[in-house]
Amino acid sequence: MTNEPQSEKRLEELREQAWKDGVVPGKGVDVAGGPIPRKPGYYGQAVVKPPVWTWQVPLYFFMGGIAGMSAVLASGAVLFHQVDLARAAMWVAVIAGAILSPILLIMDLGRPRLFLNMLRVFKHRSAMSMGAWILSLFGACVVPGLIALELHAQHIFGGTFDQLLRVAAGIFIFGSAIFGTLLATYTGVLLGATAIPAWFLHRTLLPIHFGTAGLGSAAALLELLGHRIPALNFLGFYAAGVESALLIWLSVDKHNAADRAIHEHGSGWLIRIGEVLSGPLAFVLRLFGLIPFAAISFLIGSLVSRFGWIVVGKVSGSDPEAVFASQQR
Amino acid sequence: MIGEGIQSTNQRKHSYVQDRVEVGFFTDPSVCIGCKACEVACKEWNQVPDDGFTWSGNSYDNTGHLGASTWRHVMFLEQDRQKGNQVTGPMGLPNPQSDLFAAGSAEAEDPFRWVFLSDVCKHCEEAGCLEACPTGSIVRTEVGSVLVQNDVCNGCGYCVVSCPFGVIDRRPEPLHDAGGAFKCTFCYDRQKSGLVPACAKVCPTESIVFGRLDDLRARGAERVQQLQQSGYSDAQLYNPTETSVGGIHAFFLILGEPEAYGLPPKPQIPTIYLKSAWTSAFATAIASIIATLVAFAFFS
Repeated sequence: MTNEPQSEKRLEELREQAWKDGVVPGKGVDVAGGPIPRKPGYYGQAVVKPPVWTWQVPLYFFMGGIAGMSAVLASGAVLFHQVDLARAAMWVAVIAGAILSPILLIMDLGRPRLFLNMLRVFKHRSAMSMGAWILSLFGACVVPGLIALELHAQHIFGGTFDQLLRVAAGIFIFGSAIFGTLLATYTGVLLGATAIPAWFLHRTLLPIHFGTAGLGSAAALLELLGHRIPALNFLGFYAAGVESALLIWLSVDKHNAADRAIHEHGSGWLIRIGEVLSGPLAFVLRLFGLIPFAAISFLIGSLVSRFGWIVVGKVSGSDPEAVFASQQR
Repeated sequence: MIGEGIQSTNQRKHSYVQDRVEVGFFTDPSVCIGCKACEVACKEWNQVPDDGFTWSGNSYDNTGHLGASTWRHVMFLEQDRQKGNQVTGPMGLPNPQSDLFAAGSAEAEDPFRWVFLSDVCKHCEEAGCLEACPTGSIVRTEVGSVLVQNDVCNGCGYCVVSCPFGVIDRRPEPLHDAGGAFKCTFCYDRQKSGLVPACAKVCPTESIVFGRLDDLRARGAERVQQLQQSGYSDAQLYNPTETSVGGIHAFFLILGEPEAYGLPPKPQIPTIYLKSAWTSAFATAIASIIATLVAFAFFS
């Protein structure tokens, strides 16, 4: 009656043995989860919780980086009397930093209508609290800064009031540059000071990466908007050079299982693609004078690597062995 | 004697909140029978929504892990080790060839043990979630526990990645009260009225003991000694006091290594990483300003 005589014979043997000995001392097939679990930790379950953040957060990192460093470029332009560039940079800073960034951050909240609760307290030991304050103060500088700059540049008012506007524009623009550098770099601290192994093991690298990617992206975006000047080209080289160095740093500073999310899986590919696009490729394209392509490559690279770092957090946070390896006794 | 002695305070009225006495949980798997009454009591008292019925295939544990809608979680460990002097035959079944009642007999053919442990928020001395919370929603109570004020939380999700034990989580749609971060409240509402937390109250074997922290520490130390003398050579307390977490208020007795329970061997509070990360951020900020000045000064 059977198609598989071999396996049926085995079952007959087992029945005979059970009948004769009263017990069958076989271990059965060692499937996952039983009879004795062979997965790491407790049934392979995560020890820490992976981040719940969705696409809004990496996109916010990208926008915040551009906005913050645009304000730095605007200050440089103001200092060296390049008013057109300063205006363009301030527009970028306002749109990306005072409009898009808050919208993205609020969208990511579980309860968006309670977003103002972020400003209930000031906690210097919470990078999230510091970030909320940095973004608010950045917005409070960059918006009046742009208004004063535009009013002054278009000579709407004359005489003393125009001079006052000039001074106000200067103060607000320098203020937004200070908060801007923090806006572009604190996001690295935000990821670095967590319980996720692949993040906290690279807490020194992350602010450098995010800040420099922000600077390079701001310069690249302004170049694409038509400001093809040597100063921005120099910054493009600088940012791509630093990103190339970080690519080497990441491939040397390995922590085996603890940060394998950076080097394996799809998350590893996102990091690598992002770093190559914004590092060596952008640098080489710039060397050949292909500035628009270098700018696009850098922008895409830094966007991809922001998403890559969030995906790395999800992979690393779900990996019990990564947590154990990072806490080796 | 410390405090009220080492007897259980599970069924007594108390005034710990008014007296500002530090309290805690001591959870002991050696007497846990895996009934899950703590899970049910917790869900019922706190009106925690059901988050789905799924078969995990992991022993009798279909709860999974602690999270936004699971504040007590009974773990079911199946290990190929001996439990005290218990002797098991093939597949962990009683061995017909050996005398089951001969204590200390090492003839176990197939050592096997089933361990149950009711996991819960650890209420850390230095709490990662509390430090990370940007709204001030997470606070420390009079009894030393860590409490999320649900009406203040805006669901930013930063506590989720800041907990070294993976306890707190954001409740997803479409569950009741979704969007906020949730975890064990230590039944703060009950404690304010002098009642014992629901899970400890219902525990039939006092595997979960609620009481003054100093009493529980003494009780825990005594229990470890007792178990080791009766053959449980791998019994130990899990209470990471030497790391930056600085000890936990809901501590455990475990048999074997913490990793098997999904407990981190050396948990750290993430704020210890702030200094190096901010140093790097400030250095990057200064470098970016200098690079910009150089660019405009020399390449215009």
